[in-house]
Amino acid sequence: MLRWILGGREVQGAVEKNTVLVIGDEQPKNVYTELQVLKGHFDIVRFLVQIDDVRFASGGDDGLVLVWNVETGERLQELRGHSQQITAMAAYSRPGRWAPHTDLLTASSDRTLSMWDPDTGNRVQTVSDLQSSVKCLLVLDHLGLWVSGGNEMCVWNRNFDLLCRTDHHSDAGIAAMVELPKNCIAAAVDKEIVIYRLSSVANEADMAVTEVRRLTDHRDSIRALITINDQLFASGSHIGELIVWHSLDWTPQVFECILWDHPHVSPQEEIKLGGQKQSEMSIHHMASVGEFIAAAVGSGLYIYNILTRSVVAYRKTAHDSNIRQILLLPEGQLMSCSEDGSVRIWELQDLPLPAEPASAGFFGMWSFGRTSKQASQPVKKVQEAPALRTLELIGDLIGHSGAIQMFINFTDRGLVSCSTDHLIIIWKNGERESGLRSSSLFHKLDQNGGL
Amino acid sequence: MIGSPDLVAFTKENDFGDANVDHSLLPEEFNVPPFPYSENENPWSKTSYAKFTKDFILISEFSEQVGPQPLLTIPDGPKVCGTFDLNYFSLRIMSVDYQASFVGHPPGCSYPKLNFVEDSKVVLGDSKEGAFAYVHHLTLYDLEARGFVRPFCVAYISADERKIMQQFLELSAEFSKASECLKTGNRKAFANEIEKKLKDLEYTRAILHKETELQKQSNGCFSTQAIEKANELANVEKSIYEHKDLLRQITSYPNRKMKDPDFLPYDSENTVESTDLGQDPMNDSKPQGQSDSPDIKRSPSYTPQLIKAKSAKCFDKRLKTLEELCDLYFYHQTMDQLKQIEKTFRGDLCYIYTNQIGQALLKKQKVTNFLFEDYSSWEEEETDKDTYNEKDNLLNNLPPPASIQAGEPVSLESFASCVETLHIKMDPGDEVKVFQEEDSTEACACDVAQGLSDECMDAMMKGSLSSGESIEVLGTEKSFKAQGPQLNETVTHLSPHYPVTVRKRIVTKRANSEDSIEVLSTTDSIIPEDLRASYPCAIYEEDYSDTGEDCTNNMHEPIFSINSDTVAHNECVYDAATLVQVDATCCMGQEGLSYRVPAPELAQECSANGVVKQEPQSCRQGDLALQVDFTLDDASISDGPVSSITPYELNPNCLSDETSRMTLDDCSDSTSFMSTSTCSDRTNPPFLYGSPITVKQKKKAGQCALRFIRQYPFAQQAIHCLLSGRPLIVLGSDERTVKKLVSALSIYVPNLGKYGESVKAWLSSPFQLTDLQIWKLIGIHKVTSPAGFSILHSLKRYGRYISILDADQKTLRCPPYRGTLVERLADHRTQIKHGSTYFLHAQSSLTQLCAKAFLYTFCHHLHLSVNPSEDQEVVAARRTQFLRHFSCDPEDGKVLQFLSELIKCHYLRGPGKGVNPPIFGFNYVTSVVYKI
Repeated sequence: MLRWILGGREVQGAVEKNTVLVIGDEQPKNVYTELQVLKGHFDIVRFLVQIDDVRFASGGDDGLVLVWNVETGERLQELRGHSQQITAMAAYSRPGRWAPHTDLLTASSDRTLSMWDPDTGNRVQTVSDLQSSVKCLLVLDHLGLWVSGGNEMCVWNRNFDLLCRTDHHSDAGIAAMVELPKNCIAAAVDKEIVIYRLSSVANEADMAVTEVRRLTDHRDSIRALITINDQLFASGSHIGELIVWHSLDWTPQVFECILWDHPHVSPQEEIKLGGQKQSEMSIHHMASVGEFIAAAVGSGLYIYNILTRSVVAYRKTAHDSNIRQILLLPEGQLMSCSEDGSVRIWELQDLPLPAEPASAGFFGMWSFGRTSKQASQPVKKVQEAPALRTLELIGDLIGHSGAIQMFINFTDRGLVSCSTDHLIIIWKNGERESGLRSSSLFHKLDQNGGL
Repeated sequence: MIGSPDLVAFTKENDFGDANVDHSLLPEEFNVPPFPYSENENPWSKTSYAKFTKDFILISEFSEQVGPQPLLTIPDGPKVCGTFDLNYFSLRIMSVDYQASFVGHPPGCSYPKLNFVEDSKVVLGDSKEGAFAYVHHLTLYDLEARGFVRPFCVAYISADERKIMQQFLELSAEFSKASECLKTGNRKAFANEIEKKLKDLEYTRAILHKETELQKQSNGCFSTQAIEKANELANVEKSIYEHKDLLRQITSYPNRKMKDPDFLPYDSENTVESTDLGQDPMNDSKPQGQSDSPDIKRSPSYTPQLIKAKSAKCFDKRLKTLEELCDLYFYHQTMDQLKQIEKTFRGDLCYIYTNQIGQALLKKQKVTNFLFEDYSSWEEEETDKDTYNEKDNLLNNLPPPASIQAGEPVSLESFASCVETLHIKMDPGDEVKVFQEEDSTEACACDVAQGLSDECMDAMMKGSLSSGESIEVLGTEKSFKAQGPQLNETVTHLSPHYPVTVRKRIVTKRANSEDSIEVLSTTDSIIPEDLRASYPCAIYEEDYSDTGEDCTNNMHEPIFSINSDTVAHNECVYDAATLVQVDATCCMGQEGLSYRVPAPELAQECSANGVVKQEPQSCRQGDLALQVDFTLDDASISDGPVSSITPYELNPNCLSDETSRMTLDDCSDSTSFMSTSTCSDRTNPPFLYGSPITVKQKKKAGQCALRFIRQYPFAQQAIHCLLSGRPLIVLGSDERTVKKLVSALSIYVPNLGKYGESVKAWLSSPFQLTDLQIWKLIGIHKVTSPAGFSILHSLKRYGRYISILDADQKTLRCPPYRGTLVERLADHRTQIKHGSTYFLHAQSSLTQLCAKAFLYTFCHHLHLSVNPSEDQEVVAARRTQFLRHFSCDPEDGKVLQFLSELIKCHYLRGPGKGVNPPIFGFNYVTSVVYKI
């Protein structure tokens, strides 16, 4: 990360390749040289949730929730109970006697919510006959509560008591929620972000939820909502608008509209073009580490620096198809998974030298309140961006035969991806695994007292 | 005058002699003797003047009517013994009654007593004939015979004296089993015979009684007729009593050797009933053609006959044949066992040794043997957990100066004390030594099994004479494997062993299995009928169509599968044993008539019998080594144009009778093997899925592999892929070509699996990533249909994980390889001409590789830091250094690393695949395309 920032100054331009990148089979920086395919689901696997250091749960359209060990690939539990597809999952930990104990919350289209104990596989709590199916879950750790979002928002405690709920929203319902300071919650409801505040009533046990503010700056439905740090959170919309908000006063800090375009197209046309091909610039997912925000825009990647308020790097066509999820790694690496069935690993690299001619392609950007200016000088804007660097593909993981829905990173222990092909794959560092096997080999050898 | 046989002392010339053997020298039995000048000399044959060419088994009888006579030989056929005079030899081996048999009316006893005689085991030699024999004398019971006994002997006849002497323990063990089987069957038949006789007698008694009454009424009590009748009646009653007693004796026999204090008298009623009942299904299932067999008469519908007062004991009476003397099931079982023995001991002594040693060693290599070795040779150990430790210990206690020690039969010291040698001067110059083998083996057992309690010892001593293991030879307990301690035995007996080990184990086993006969007779848990009903399935696999209907399906399945398992194993043993011959005959057959054997004296003799082709080959094995080039060149020429298209198999039609005979044997041995080895079925791949892979199949694959190496210059690269765990796809539009390529390459697939699970010979649908985890070698159908398109898509998608061998265009797409490790394995200029030779060559190279991988895996400092201050980089550097030491190329290192990973996983997870999904490792390496 340090290198990003320090080395950033030298870079003056960006190179964008129009065609989809193909990396050869030679990938020296790709450490994932071992994989394990986990079979168990009978339908699309959509969700992965990390339970602890070695366990994760997967949920899919078959209504099954499976608990796995990432080290061995062993299937630990099979949580059966939902009759329809899983729509949301979350890990819900509480302090235990020795170590925090983590339960699993699941929501399904059968309009039930369940809590499971991944150790035993028991369904600890369950609520059925909800008014609408839950689309997202948010655990408020410091309050020990959790929130479900569907057509309305409900606040629950550990015993599955409904503490309070909001009114019925539009049919679109709550797509995403983030926790904000001072017991506030931001919920993305179609084009708006609604800020709620939780407050305890006279009776300590009860809570009340009140709508505080509606933010209506987005012009299209909001697809992604993330917390950046205590002061900021960000949202991304279907037409490529990225807005960074202040967490306390809910004012927009940055407004970026990402437009992938071609140099010969005038800015005016760009907008129209953008309107026509919305999926190309739809922000599916965002991630943030430190001052960086990464956004998956269509099949492209975009990295923005909060501090300098500038674009750090971008790739218009990072994948063959829409990117589902991105993950920023502290080492200046970024991983993305896409509907094309591959996971790609990127590294932020400095551009060779300014001698490199200006980019063949660029993106348009409006800063909030400067819309008119930007429209006239798109090219210049990009060139002015002082810290522009390049995202180099250093490896790709090919294994799934369907769109990758999600992945989670266990850092050393590996990377887990799930896909529409009903499979889960654990990607591991072959060298590390080999070393681990050697250690356990010698351990067993000691135990057995030799061969 | 009857010539006396030479009894060969069971000792060696330099007994107790020089203990300081030079270990650096090649052991004697592996030595090639100085090549003699006479051209027909087989360097290994010390008695080239023997009139037969191959070892065989002879069964002879001392008939009370005509004296000693040969009954049958195994293998059957006139060619077997050549001009060897079986009559004369039978005379010699049967001329001495080594068994202290004593049957009849002992003094002081009013009715006949059966004496259960021990078998005697003798080594006899006829130096003039050049024949040496292990002779196993046994006695069968026959109600009509004099003294109820019929002396028989089973002999293993070989021209090689040392072979007999040094394999004595194995021969003795195997023959004892066969003998026990035969005797058990005989006892059963005998009991049935007595039963029958009793019914006759009772019927006679009833009639006589009626007549006596009539006489009394008509002529008064004291008329002559009445008195005669009364006497007759009394005689019949005495006879009934005697026969009942005989029946009691014969049926109680199995229990008699049980020396436990609460000895239960045998319940003859039940047994007889059950025997009869049990017999039914078998009889019914017999085709009518066999209705003359004695079994039929034993069926409950037997109508008693009147017995004449004077039974005719004359010479014109027909004596029962061996087959009639023994229950059919047991008879066939015995014959199968004998055939198996013949197969096991076929071939040169040196070869048998090597094989036995190899197998014994393989069993010790639990850590790596799964990689390339044939499963059947070591696998039973895994299922045989009970004896696991024992065996292990035994093996460990055996520092096999294997070859050295093999020169002597067993540690002779233990024998010396109990060998009784008896010098009979029959002929001046012929020294005859009688060697009381039983004593010595028992004594050996005693020495060996000192740890056992006295009781056990006692039981053991008896064990060898009586049928402690008799049920075990039935083979039926194979079908009841789960039921207990018998399990160990079958397993034990199936494989050839290291001499001393064998003895020890069998002896101890006997102690365990004392009660095993109980299973048949008294134990409730297994009803004899059950066993019986399953016999047909268990034995006559060929007769399935006949017997099948009687066996319900659920019986079929388990029995069959278990049987085929063991058969497959036997198969393998046999394969190994006959390797040399197979080769030889292949050669001979290939070059057909154009190859003229330098006519030795022997061959001339044989040619009189019209068996020119094979006689020389087995006695000229040594020569073959020298002639291989010549013959094979011929073969390849004759194969010429064909070879470019379907060069992968020898044309079976060219094979000599001998080979095809053996092939047929194999088929009858194992149904699982049938489709692969029959001559007609050439299109099938050597590996039939669902059945264990045998060495024989692998050898056939060796032939294909040899062709592959010669044809494809990039064979090394392909083999490297397999060895380094990169799945290899064989792509082609012709199924046969693809399957042959797959079978050729399969011998290089590490951890092939017992059933060849790692190989998929033919796939017509697109494969998935999960398939790559399991299959390391896949044959794929190349088609131009939508299905073909999706296959191509999957090939492209997973291109980085696989190598593609296109059989149609003869290209290989794989990572570049320039290492040296595979070079020796796949040298296209190799001088090896023969498939099985190449297979052995490959096997030895792979074994070497395994050894390296083992070393790499278990070198502690290569994987873990020696002291805490070392970091992983130092260790990694050491590892690289180590790999470089073995082979300079990093790609070779990958092979070792892959094998090492397999060893680790195998060691950590155990032999099973485990519950966890398999691990699939790969490398990010650019592929290149190789062309011819």
